Amino acid sequence: MARVLVGVKRVIDYAVKIRVKPDKSGVVTDGVKHSMNPFDEIAIEEAVRLKEKKLASEIIAVSCGPTQSQEVIRTALAMGADKGIHVEVSGKDYETLQPIHVSKILAKIAQNEKVDMVIVGKQAIDDDSNQTAQMTAAVLDWPQATFASKVEKGDKEITVTREVDGGLETIKCKLPVVISADLRLNEPRYATLPNIMKAKKKPIAKVTPKDLGVDVSPRITVVSVEDPPVREPGVILPDVDALVAKLKEGGHV
Amino acid sequence: MIKNVWKLPLRISNSTKNNGFPVTKYWIHSQPNFTKNNFNIKRGNFSHVEEEHLYFFRKLLGESRIITDLSDLEKYNVDWNKHLRGASTIVLKPKTTEEVSKILSYCNNNRLAVCPQGGNTGVVGGATPVFDEIIVSTELMNKVINLDEKSGVLTCEAGCILQNMDEFLQQKNLIFPLDLGAKGSCHIGGNVSTNAGGLRLLKYGNLHGNVLGLEVVQANGTVLDLLSTLKKDNTGYHLKHLFIGSEGTLGLVTKVAIQCRLRPKSTHVAFLGLQNFNQVLKTFYKAKQDMDEILTAFEVIDTPSMELANEKLGLGSPIGDYPFYVLIETTGSNEKHDEEKLDGFLQTCLNKNFILNGTVTGEVSKYKAIWDVREKLPQGYIKDGFVFMYDMSFPLENYYKLVEDLREHMGSLSHRVFGFGHLGDGNIHIQISVKEFNQDVANHIEPYIFELTKKYNGSISAEHGMGFLKAKYLNLMKSQESINLMKNIKQMLDPNGILNPYKVLF
Repeated sequence: MARVLVGVKRVIDYAVKIRVKPDKSGVVTDGVKHSMNPFDEIAIEEAVRLKEKKLASEIIAVSCGPTQSQEVIRTALAMGADKGIHVEVSGKDYETLQPIHVSKILAKIAQNEKVDMVIVGKQAIDDDSNQTAQMTAAVLDWPQATFASKVEKGDKEITVTREVDGGLETIKCKLPVVISADLRLNEPRYATLPNIMKAKKKPIAKVTPKDLGVDVSPRITVVSVEDPPVREPGVILPDVDALVAKLKEGGHV
Repeated sequence: MIKNVWKLPLRISNSTKNNGFPVTKYWIHSQPNFTKNNFNIKRGNFSHVEEEHLYFFRKLLGESRIITDLSDLEKYNVDWNKHLRGASTIVLKPKTTEEVSKILSYCNNNRLAVCPQGGNTGVVGGATPVFDEIIVSTELMNKVINLDEKSGVLTCEAGCILQNMDEFLQQKNLIFPLDLGAKGSCHIGGNVSTNAGGLRLLKYGNLHGNVLGLEVVQANGTVLDLLSTLKKDNTGYHLKHLFIGSEGTLGLVTKVAIQCRLRPKSTHVAFLGLQNFNQVLKTFYKAKQDMDEILTAFEVIDTPSMELANEKLGLGSPIGDYPFYVLIETTGSNEKHDEEKLDGFLQTCLNKNFILNGTVTGEVSKYKAIWDVREKLPQGYIKDGFVFMYDMSFPLENYYKLVEDLREHMGSLSHRVFGFGHLGDGNIHIQISVKEFNQDVANHIEPYIFELTKKYNGSISAEHGMGFLKAKYLNLMKSQESINLMKNIKQMLDPNGILNPYKVLF
């Protein structure tokens, strides 16, 4: 049975309207409702299903971020993860935390915990990077099965169906492996009350990037964050000649 | 009594695979028969709309704000359930109170009947004409007049859509005290005129309490300015209450001043599975004991309702199948406090076996998804054959009794008798689905259902109003003395009876 590490990220809830800070330095997060990245929910769900099929033995949920990231780990525990690890990163460090840092952190924990599978969501809905799984695999020198829409586990290998531009691709990977979960992999469960209560007693260990030997100095600077341009209203034109004139005017023909 | 059969819904496209993508099944309904042909009712002694009347309206509003094209008129003539169809030949779309005043004054002088209409989301036929009443739509009267952010008083025109108002208020950290499934289409004027109840009544109370002022145009065109924005104003008779809930029969509401509340900082929703209705009641009383001050909604859903959601809407219970489901919403000013109260309450319910299972969340996307299961149920009716729709309120111990009685009473005549609703307000929505409408089934249901409601000490219309469909049953609910007084008031305020005739008072 495999030991599974799942990376879960705390992001602004997808149903909440995003507002840009007046100083254009980022988006407003204070007092805004957050929740687990939806793709990470799918990752946890897949891990729990593996455990229910007796293909996984222990699920470890990991989140990098400030204290509030523990809420997201609790959700993972309520869905069926066994224990959590909170990698404390806050303030300025958190603002510039990138997949390059997270992948090194996950890789170190994967080695420490001797896991056989790392499952993460394919991308986070705040930065849409789609890099963490790939970089983690590179650091560990493990095979990667990204955009997974189906995972079947054999004894020492997995068969994964991937959603790619041309359609579906099926690959086999030897364990240990890194997987990134895509939308259609599964439908995550709602955590039920008995499990929510049990989760309160499950352990969450706290570490820092320094403990793991990972340097989280910023590699990027955010120059500005702006709203996309407001869509201009359309214009109703009286006839085709006017349309052609307008198109020529705009340099479109 | 309903007389004629109306056509079955026509299926125009099967679910087929097309390039690997499934094409969704899609139903259209042929239009229902005219209400005036379906019901045994005589047209009032009103004038018919003539060319000279059209000339007046065109001059007053301009060509773009009157509708006379028959196909354009369909959406105004047919009700939301697609059971009723008026025969109006004209829709007027005023923009100002002054225009409404001129319209009503003119109609009163010329004995033309008027049907005021907001979002046309009513379910008792109160918003659609029976014959050829002129439809006066509040569609274009949709401006916010003033928001006093300190006091939370919103003054707006009657045609403002509920959801738009709430979204506007959200940016100012306020919340509209009313919320219902029809929020994307219903107008505040219609909500006020029907004294709509909705999902938040448990916490915020009803419109009689929240509406601080109104501007109403009377049948003869007189503009009544009752637009106070003060919380307390006991100066003379409280006239505005006459217009709240009288369903457009005493006056046309043109402006509303309403007390809004602070947007809660913390919202949680729990969805629970229970063994039987007794457990539902126990859970409710416990919720009041443990969390009264943060309880915002307490809804119940029975198994056949959930089956309808599964079969027709692709929605389901987030926790699996149980005989009864309860949706609880709490809102408050402190996330930690609310979570503590809620967790304690849920733990007790589990320990005492009030509930079998459940889920709880504070995440926006999750609780919206859970609310969807409850709020979208009415959208399933149109796919379930012909659904007879009822809305009762009862003392809590009798809340579910009528549903059980009806199931037995209908037997194999109905493939689904289901109930769900605002248990916290004692209000249940009861539906009876049959494959297609027929008069014998209708006779089997009414008046039996209303007489039984009375036997259980309930109301035959908790929040939907009397409208057209229930007007004839008023005497089941109110004494002859009250009905006489209502008729006197109607006579005084609308001597020619032009405002929404055939509705409320039979």
